[in-house]
Amino acid sequence: MSRKINLTLKVWRQKNASSSGRFETYEAKGIDTDASFLEMLDVVNEQLEKRGVEPIAFDHDCREGICGMCGAVVNGMAHGPEKETTLCQLHMRKFKDGDTITIEPWRANGFPIVRDLVCDRSAFDRIISAGGFIGVRTGQAPEAHSVPVGKDKADWAMDAAECIGCGACVAACPNASAMLFVSAKVTHLNVLPQGQPEKNKRVLGMVSQMDAEGFGNCSNHYECEAACPKGISVKNIAKMNRDYLAAAIKA
Amino acid sequence: MSSNGLDSRVPSGPIAEKWTRHKFDMKLVNPANKRKYTIICVGTGLAGASASASLSELGYKVKTFCIQDSPRRAHSIAAQGGINAAKNYQNDGDSVYRLFYDTVKGGDFRAREANVYRLAELSVNIIDQCVAQGVPFAREYGGLLDNRSFGGAQVSRTFYARGQTGQQLLLGAYSALMKEVAKKGVELYTRREMLDIIVIDGKARGIVVRNLITGKLESHVGDAVILATGGYGNVFYLSTNAKACNVTAAWRAHKKGAYFANPCYTQIHPTCIPVHGDYQSKLTLMSESLRNDGRIWVPKKQGDTRSPDQIPDAERDYYLERKYPSFGNLAPRDISSRSAKEQCDAGRGVGSTGQAVYLDFRDAINRLGKDVIEARYGNLFQMYDRIVDNDPYKVPMMIYPAVHYTMGGLWVDYNLMSNLPGLHVLGEANFSDHGANRLGASALMQGLADGYFVIPYTIGHYLASNKFEPIGADHAECKNAEAEAKKRIDTLLSIKGKRTVDDFHRELGLLCWDKCGMGRNKAGLEEALQKIPAIREEFWSNVTVVGSGEELNQSLERAGRVADFLEFGELMVRDALHREESCGGHFREEHQTEDGEAKRDDANFCYAGAWEFSGIGSTPNLHKEQLEFNEVHLATRSYK
Ligand SMILES: Cc1cc2nc3c(=O)[nH]c(=O)nc-3n(C[C@H](O)[C@H](O)[C@H](O)COP(=O)(O)OP(=O)(O)OC[C@H]3O[C@@H](n4cnc5c(N)ncnc54)[C@H](O)[C@@H]3O)c2cc1C
Ligand code: FES
Repeated sequence: MSRKINLTLKVWRQKNASSSGRFETYEAKGIDTDASFLEMLDVVNEQLEKRGVEPIAFDHDCREGICGMCGAVVNGMAHGPEKETTLCQLHMRKFKDGDTITIEPWRANGFPIVRDLVCDRSAFDRIISAGGFIGVRTGQAPEAHSVPVGKDKADWAMDAAECIGCGACVAACPNASAMLFVSAKVTHLNVLPQGQPEKNKRVLGMVSQMDAEGFGNCSNHYECEAACPKGISVKNIAKMNRDYLAAAIKA
Repeated sequence: MSSNGLDSRVPSGPIAEKWTRHKFDMKLVNPANKRKYTIICVGTGLAGASASASLSELGYKVKTFCIQDSPRRAHSIAAQGGINAAKNYQNDGDSVYRLFYDTVKGGDFRAREANVYRLAELSVNIIDQCVAQGVPFAREYGGLLDNRSFGGAQVSRTFYARGQTGQQLLLGAYSALMKEVAKKGVELYTRREMLDIIVIDGKARGIVVRNLITGKLESHVGDAVILATGGYGNVFYLSTNAKACNVTAAWRAHKKGAYFANPCYTQIHPTCIPVHGDYQSKLTLMSESLRNDGRIWVPKKQGDTRSPDQIPDAERDYYLERKYPSFGNLAPRDISSRSAKEQCDAGRGVGSTGQAVYLDFRDAINRLGKDVIEARYGNLFQMYDRIVDNDPYKVPMMIYPAVHYTMGGLWVDYNLMSNLPGLHVLGEANFSDHGANRLGASALMQGLADGYFVIPYTIGHYLASNKFEPIGADHAECKNAEAEAKKRIDTLLSIKGKRTVDDFHRELGLLCWDKCGMGRNKAGLEEALQKIPAIREEFWSNVTVVGSGEELNQSLERAGRVADFLEFGELMVRDALHREESCGGHFREEHQTEDGEAKRDDANFCYAGAWEFSGIGSTPNLHKEQLEFNEVHLATRSYK
């Protein structure tokens, strides 16, 4: 059954990329425990607006855990305390009356802050441009059944392809490494027969772009996997490292 | 085929040959000249991303825009169930003709036959294209693609990727797009919102966008414009659409002369999580595939508050199975939704609000075992549990219909060009293929057909058939449009009233849902037609938007969209009022059979109604495109 709870929020406010930010404290009163975390922020924002205070900027769109647009570090955890859950799917019943909640943006070199909880994740798009595709043109495709794909491979590709590109892995990593994201993207295409011709070029290109974007190195903390709302496995990182070594030798 | 000057430009010849012939008849742009043309594409959902990538591959210069921080986040990403294609891999009697037939009939005979046939024809190419791109569709142990039956289809023609088909298809189109960005064929502009369209010498030549980070207004010009900006379901405030879905791009084009067709055709999806509080910001769809194994029921007795497991079978009404014995729980969306509303209106709804019905897996679990059900629907059950805090393995799900998709949209001809020359409209934003009701798994198909396989041909024809004066972004029309946009933004910021943007949006949404939702009648629609202008007036004198226009200002973004919904909503209601018949998603209570089924009026309404803007609050002009059914003969839809 739903209840009403009162909370204290400590929220990172930052006007734009060049200004410095600080925590502001807000009271969130009478929040329904059936509301989602973002709905709680909506309620707080409407109250702020009525007082003439600029609302907290936060990214969101689908509110179904699939677009990867939302995300904030809640009480030190990317997307908050619930396992395999995006912020938009986190519900207030996971909090207790009287709780204080700290809310901050992703913090990483590769993700400059835009405003409040909004950051710039365009580095991920540039990494995809560096090889995260199969270079077929529209209209050239052979009949879909001409290349059977073993179910194990198809399933592995799908497991990796579930990544929503939210960036929680980077936010959770002590080195702000993007290895989980990049490896999921590489693996999705590199395990499929259709992805073989560009396999080496793909992994080399994407890893080099990842480095150029200023993401840190992976030192096997596996915080990324724990924070990932889609449960993307670190075995993708191992697979990418293998692909990378094999490609580097040939290059 | 023209009526009131609306020429659908459907090519002549037998239906199965129209597209092939047309491809041959259309003019081509010389390969060396393609790079001299710039095409503006707004939207990066399935339609926009596939169009941008394909046009760039052909050699055109493409400029692509989206609201989100990445093209991969367009609302298409949220589609769960699947995509149809007439591959007949299951050997169960599917064919291009059958998919065509099902779509025309499913659309309740309010779509253009020639477009639907082409869609069915192209469906098979889509699957080939996506597989080549690495879309990880579900496969069988033999390595071939798996299919399922979806949304009441009698054949298994739906391809899927777990419950994330839209995501995987979009990632395919997005990767193709990013490949072209790397090659500098596409210039990508994210976090941009289109606010106006630039018309010069009667042709669409560009757009005005707001940079959502800096607030700067920018003009971008080219030789043709594509809108692939999705549907307008958020006019109802609560819907299954993503929060940024809007009518703004389409509406601003409409105000510049593009006709808006059939806005009253909206689809209410039968299986969504019911509304549970006034803070609620969106509704969540539970995939229709659940209806393959779940049984829908309500207690026979009104106001029965017993917990569902205490209600014996004899006291349950499995109303879909009772009313539609041959389709049962798989009856089409419009029919299932309306039946749920009927039950709740009659006081048999369940849950704390009485606005819900049960979707029960008890029998399926007993028959197949929990493991099988978990393998089929595990992630959906988990999602339900997370939102509602109830375990559907033990307690039946509660569901209620919610706004989901909009069949109406900007009017386009067979070439997907609106009546405004140069303005092409793809995907959910156009009106063309689904008539008055869309079948499950057909929107993804249409978006990709439009983008990969139709527009690359038809836009070439337009470019090759016209002359274009060179223009720059400093053209007087650009400056005018920018000044207009700025004035509007400044006004929104200067009102400093007492009510929030969302508050107005909720009021409008509730009114539309009550009067122009699952059931519509003359009195209600007339009432809405009175009230919407009043809400709009209050909005423009009492809305509050804090902050400035020169920065990221999400309230300002929403205010602009809600302002457009307040104008558009009136048109939607007007269209519903004028259409004195029931068809597909448009159910006029005055027009039903004795047993409550929709009653079409083919003698008077067998047309697409395309509205021409004539000023805010003034009655728009109606243009009719008469629909002809030469292949699938007009008949009453029956799913009994
Ligand atoms: C929850 C859900 C599940 C669904 N499941 C299925 C399914 O299983 N099968 C199926 O076939 N269909 C399904 N649909 C329908 C289908 O997903 C959509 O109809 C389809 O994806 C729309 O694609 P689109 O490319 O036309 O537009 P969208 O994907 O909505 O993309 C719109 C694009 O336009 C941009 N845009 C919009 N306005 C502006 C503006 N003013 N300025 C700049 N850019 C703008 C956006 O940023 C975005 O990039 C589902 C829909 C929902 C809501
Ligand atoms: S808003 Fe889309 S994943 Fe959270």
